Amino acid sequence: MSVIVLVEHTEGSIKKKSLEAVQYATSIAQKTGTTVSAIVLGTLPNDEMENLGQYGAHKVLNVPDARLNELHPRAYTTALLTAAQQEASKIIIMLHDINGRAVAPRVAGKLKAGLVAGALSYPDLDKGFVIKKAVFSGKAFAHVNITSDVKVITLIPNTFQLNKGEGKASIEKLDVNFSDNDFGITVKEVNKIKGEIPLADAQLVVSGGRGLKGPENWGILEDLAKELGAATACSRPVADAHWRPHHEHVGQTGGTVRPDLYIAVGISGAIQHLAGVNGSKNIVVINKDPEAPFFKAANYGVVGDALEVLPKLTEAVKKFRQNHK
Amino acid sequence: MVSLFGRFRGGYMKILVCISQVPDTSTKIVLKDDNTAINNQGTTYIVNPYDEWYALVCALELKESGTASDIHLITVGKADVEPVIRKALALGGDEAIRIDADSNDPFQTATYIAEYAKSVSYDLILCGKESIDYNNGAVGAMLAGLLDIDYIGFATDIQINGSSVIVKREIEGGEETDACSLPVVIACQKGVAEARIPNMRGIMAARTRPLKAVTPVAVDPVTEILAYELPPAKAGIKLIEADNMDELVALLHTEAKVL
Ligand SMILES: Cc1cc2nc3c(=O)[nH]c(=O)nc-3n(C[C@H](O)[C@H](O)[C@H](O)COP(=O)(O)OP(=O)(O)OC[C@H]3O[C@@H](n4cnc5c(N)ncnc54)[C@H](O)[C@@H]3O)c2cc1C
Ligand SMILES: Nc1ncnc2c1ncn2[C@@H]1O[C@H](COP(=O)(O)O)[C@@H](O)[C@H]1O
Repeated sequence: MSVIVLVEHTEGSIKKKSLEAVQYATSIAQKTGTTVSAIVLGTLPNDEMENLGQYGAHKVLNVPDARLNELHPRAYTTALLTAAQQEASKIIIMLHDINGRAVAPRVAGKLKAGLVAGALSYPDLDKGFVIKKAVFSGKAFAHVNITSDVKVITLIPNTFQLNKGEGKASIEKLDVNFSDNDFGITVKEVNKIKGEIPLADAQLVVSGGRGLKGPENWGILEDLAKELGAATACSRPVADAHWRPHHEHVGQTGGTVRPDLYIAVGISGAIQHLAGVNGSKNIVVINKDPEAPFFKAANYGVVGDALEVLPKLTEAVKKFRQNHK
Repeated sequence: MVSLFGRFRGGYMKILVCISQVPDTSTKIVLKDDNTAINNQGTTYIVNPYDEWYALVCALELKESGTASDIHLITVGKADVEPVIRKALALGGDEAIRIDADSNDPFQTATYIAEYAKSVSYDLILCGKESIDYNNGAVGAMLAGLLDIDYIGFATDIQINGSSVIVKREIEGGEETDACSLPVVIACQKGVAEARIPNMRGIMAARTRPLKAVTPVAVDPVTEILAYELPPAKAGIKLIEADNMDELVALLHTEAKVL
């Protein structure tokens, strides 16, 4: 009757957000009197898998098939269904990220299971199985009750605190009967943008709007991002004008970010922009117009010309980093 | 952009585009009935931007290039969604299907669409990356599961090459190119097509294009929304002088604890 959690890994190590997912599964398992089985698809060193015990995993079910190091939604689904059946699992947890969003709905559909996509809370078991999630792009939250016997949940990364303890998970090989169709997608080419921090999972984000005037001014924004170790983002008109690549566009019709810190530079704060960033834990707004709507959504504000403020802020961060090595 | 390869085989593809209706992006959310419902009085509705700007226009480009023969639009909703479906038809599409049901549950929605899709056997099913009301991003992948066909999400480019499709999609920190055979469900986002504005001719033509209502199969939802909540108001902003960035950094360190 274990709680199942899909663990993502890259280049031989487990992603931090998957540790959050294991921790989340552990909390549910404790409340429901069961244990956690972490599913590792693909190849990963044993000690990495054992260490999942530090976050409460009882055992790891591993399918050491190197093809699974890439996302194959159908194969992942087959493996998860096999694991769920073997463990008689009623609760299946994944991440609300690119991979989880390709797999979790498929698994839920096959099991006729209720899905909460983008969980922001632990389930409230007093009222059923009720989980909070953002709706209307963060303009509201809904409390969703899953009424089916089997439940599938995807978690928003960077939401649940990690709490490292002691423990070693046991590793078991999971035998899965894959069909050819499970690997119907062939990966032709992978292009990782060098040195870039994936925006969706970034903990610090520096974002620029039309107030920066033109692509030639992005250097000073990138300097700040580099000094902070932050990802860069932009408003929609900036991406539409091709000042920045379209994957940097955040907002209601672009990407969603939930960093610890979002620094908005020369962005007015239109409702459609806020929809993509309102989950940020802290917002700093730099804008020359004290009436810019973004100030209403911000924790810290600087009224000033971005082209002057940005280099000063970068300098201050540099100084801070030197004093806090 | 979409490729022209299909032209040489003669257009044959049947495409289904999944369309959902959502509140206009500038809508302010107001709750009612003890926070158990959204007050939609005065709300204007639009076609979900990912469905309109990318999925639908991609299908139209495939038809214009001779690759696709038929474009069907499908939506799950009661009669009040018809004006929005007409708006979508004003861009293009040969016919629209409305599954006559109110669903807020991805499993229910996906099951309705899957049952209809089985009766027509589409070569390609396009949907949006997510609907901007309930933000699940689930219906497409679930639909593919129910139909037992492949699914590619976060697509930024789609090329049809005979009976196979080559899709560029977003991955963490980059992009990947995938190939697979038709039929397939693809969830579209920016890049797949250039957004269009309907013209007068399209709007007139949309009036006469068939829009049929279909009775849904029996399936119960597996989730229910018990209550809504609005985000708490921000507790006042701290303004920092533009010449005092050391202070901002200090606050980010000691107060916000993010540095
Ligand atoms: C259907 C729909 C969907 C949309 N989706 C999105 C979305 O997903 N994401 C998104 O971002 N937008 C979206 N928009 C657009 C949105 O409504 C705004 O138009 C957009 O966010 C504005 O971008 P901006 O703040 O960069 O530019 P502007 O509104 O032009 O604001 C520029 C800001 O920079 C300030 N400024 C100017 N010069 C300086 C300077 N030297 N130093 C400091 N500050 C300066 C100005 O005071 C101003 O506040 C959408 C709109 C619609 C209708
Ligand atoms: N009620 C609906 N009718 C038709 N298609 C839908 C409906 N809801 C969602 N979809 C499609 O599924 C995609 C993902 O929606 P969602 O899972 O609701 O975020 C949308 O972009 C639409 O293409």
